[in-house]
Amino acid sequence: MTDPSINALAQTASLGTQTMTGSQIIWAALVREGVRIVFGYPGGAIMPAYDALPQFPELRHVLTRHEQGAAHMADGYARASGKVGVAVATSGPGATNLVTGIANAMLDSIPVVFITGQVGSRLLGTDAFQEVDITGVTLPITKHNFLVTRAEDIAPAIHKAFYIARSGRPGPVVVDITKDAQQKSASVTWNDAPVRLPGYRPEYHPRDEDYALALAMIREARQPIIFCGHGVVEANATGTLIDFVKKTDIPVAETLLGLGGFPATDSHSLGMMGMHGEEWVNTAIQDADLIIALGMRFDDRVTGNLQTYAAKAKKIHVELDPAEVNKIVKVDLALIGDAREILAHLLPDVPRQKLPDWWAQIDRNRGAAAVRDIIELPDAGRLHAAHVIHDLWRLTEGKALVVTDVGQHQMWEAQYYKHDHARRLLTSGGLGTMGFALPAAIGAKLACPDEEVWAIVGDGGIQMTQAELQTARQDSVKINVAIINNGFLGMVRQWQEFFHEGRYVCTPITSPDYVRLAEAHGLLGLRVTRRDEVAAAVAAARASPVATVIDFRVEQEDSVYPMVATGSDLADMILRPLAFDGEGTPAPTSQHNPIYQTGKDRS
Amino acid sequence: MISGDGTNGSGTSNGRPLRTFVAYVEDQPGVLNRIASLFRRRGYNIASLNVGRTHEPGTSRLTMVVEADETTACLLEANLYKLVNVISVDDITNLATVVRDLALVKVRAVGNDRADVLQIGELFRARVVDVSDETMTFEMTGTQDKIVDLLARLRPFGIVEMVQTGAIAMTRGAESRASSVAHRPSILPPPP
Ligand SMILES: Cc1ncc(C[n+]2csc(CCOP(=O)(O)OP(=O)(O)O)c2C)c(N)n1
Repeated sequence: MTDPSINALAQTASLGTQTMTGSQIIWAALVREGVRIVFGYPGGAIMPAYDALPQFPELRHVLTRHEQGAAHMADGYARASGKVGVAVATSGPGATNLVTGIANAMLDSIPVVFITGQVGSRLLGTDAFQEVDITGVTLPITKHNFLVTRAEDIAPAIHKAFYIARSGRPGPVVVDITKDAQQKSASVTWNDAPVRLPGYRPEYHPRDEDYALALAMIREARQPIIFCGHGVVEANATGTLIDFVKKTDIPVAETLLGLGGFPATDSHSLGMMGMHGEEWVNTAIQDADLIIALGMRFDDRVTGNLQTYAAKAKKIHVELDPAEVNKIVKVDLALIGDAREILAHLLPDVPRQKLPDWWAQIDRNRGAAAVRDIIELPDAGRLHAAHVIHDLWRLTEGKALVVTDVGQHQMWEAQYYKHDHARRLLTSGGLGTMGFALPAAIGAKLACPDEEVWAIVGDGGIQMTQAELQTARQDSVKINVAIINNGFLGMVRQWQEFFHEGRYVCTPITSPDYVRLAEAHGLLGLRVTRRDEVAAAVAAARASPVATVIDFRVEQEDSVYPMVATGSDLADMILRPLAFDGEGTPAPTSQHNPIYQTGKDRS
Repeated sequence: MISGDGTNGSGTSNGRPLRTFVAYVEDQPGVLNRIASLFRRRGYNIASLNVGRTHEPGTSRLTMVVEADETTACLLEANLYKLVNVISVDDITNLATVVRDLALVKVRAVGNDRADVLQIGELFRARVVDVSDETMTFEMTGTQDKIVDLLARLRPFGIVEMVQTGAIAMTRGAESRASSVAHRPSILPPPP
């Protein structure tokens, strides 16, 4: 290894055998894995390692304000870059503060290596100060984890951790290193030989007979549909998928984490499926005679009632993880392996065809869906979240890297910000972790300094991790934070409105003055209360050299439509109620909902 | 309660089918913990679990009898394979196998009962491994249903204590099915 950015210590580390302290080994091993940035927070059990950190100037350390922030930053870094993210914390409370972030990475299959300090090996099991059995705690939420008690075991453990984190279906790996292992010295022999783990098989390839079956099913189908899941992004399969779709004319529906895996503005893209997908997308799924599901796991948020789900469709599941096959939905054929490899293998033999009848049927249903028209809502001086996001999409020409939190704004973003590229929407899909957006956006910006990064976050979620604004300040990370401030824990409020007769229990939430908060952090703060102020605020944020927070005061009781209620059939959606009857008078049953007031709804 | 046909690991538990898996795992701290955590988290019901050394250093062999239908069995196998320390998994339910449990039973045996108890033991080919003035202890090797039978016969005399292992299993014939050579899970039977 002769990377010029590597300093002398790490250079010599590449020259065969050498004696170093465990602390030095940690950082040298990270440098050898290509790591240039780590997110972390020091403390007693990891102090020896931190003490050695300045000897590795090629490593940038970002001090966060909470270990959860470090975990989400490493996660956002990994999602944006496709590389392995790294977060570091001390034992006990430092390690447990990582737990939410570890679970978040696990449920979305994100490659992150977590390094935690641990009490001295002789104290293990004694309930020593700040001792927590973090390998035990994280056992069900990691792809794998290691407890390292000897200096000589550190380098191999870190090398294996990176390999496991990024290979196959990616995921988080924890390496817990005792304090004495950091302090002792060991001779390390660096080698780049492939990792040998007797029981670990990250790679699979479909059998020839399965490819033949898949081709027969594709040739037979009259109403096929492709699902683009997160696996398409992880496999870098976008280009191959585009070719596949061009040739076969098959419509594509995306999962939340698949958005951007296929270009949203491509005419073959139908849009997001599932609970808050467009109605015509879900209808197309219910009408389809073949589903080709690429790298997705039939989460309950995309299927609705399983009894009636896509009953007419044969199903081909293209998936890297055999344990996802037949877990939720019984499929007719599984192609186990890498999505890009499988698409590329099928491509020469799939029919070059047009599906005019199928497309005509899908297009007939498009008009019925109610999501889109609010883009053209007369704003009447009000501010709707959908307007904000739609305007943001136009003003950034759809090119921003957007990180969303969890809630209504997350769904509106998925509906209104059209992503044409993979890794340009980062969101917590599997765990649905409020507080994710701000730290993940910081990590994403550090991974992609040339991208324009926007965090879109609710007034609930921002208050969970807002301390990281100061991290953005201290480390000069230029991000923009759009707070969709509706005075409620909006998504929960919406469920209360729909399913709990409007009892808003514990969902009204107050906020600090975000403009002054931003200023207190040494950042730029702006407030927007009317639609005609959006463009100027976005322009000011883009022009500002420091991170900028915009407090968008949106309609308070707006809801995300359409919606599949839990347990309902997929195409049985709650649509935006009509505000006007045929004559243009407000419908008597409608309660206050700003979105009612549109002429568009009449059609 | 488990019943088997004596030649292979199939059977039922509370009406649910039982399947027998043999797995080789790396002999490392925490491996059993990982397997137990997986079973608990995914809601698989273990009827019995046995772990022990093998002829190959550094590896342990597990025999697991689990409540599972065909689909669950495939998922369970695939999930076991996801554990980095699991080297190989074999579902041997439908193969010809030798399955054995070992039980130790201490039964009250005084006066005239002693002869009767001894006779029952002989009938089941259980060995007497300990005798006291009031009790006898049998060692019984066999399938689960044989052990259950023996217990039923001894119960009227008064069982003082009893302990048994989980099942251990091995396929019949010359070849070694469950090998510690890493191989891939046998997912999905091809569609009809
Ligand atoms: C850590 C965490 N706690 C609770 C929830 C449950 N939850 C899901 S959405 C939501 C409301 C989010 O409110 P806000 O951040 O204001 O966003 P909005 O829905 O209004 O856009 C809550 C509480 C969660 N997803 N994550």
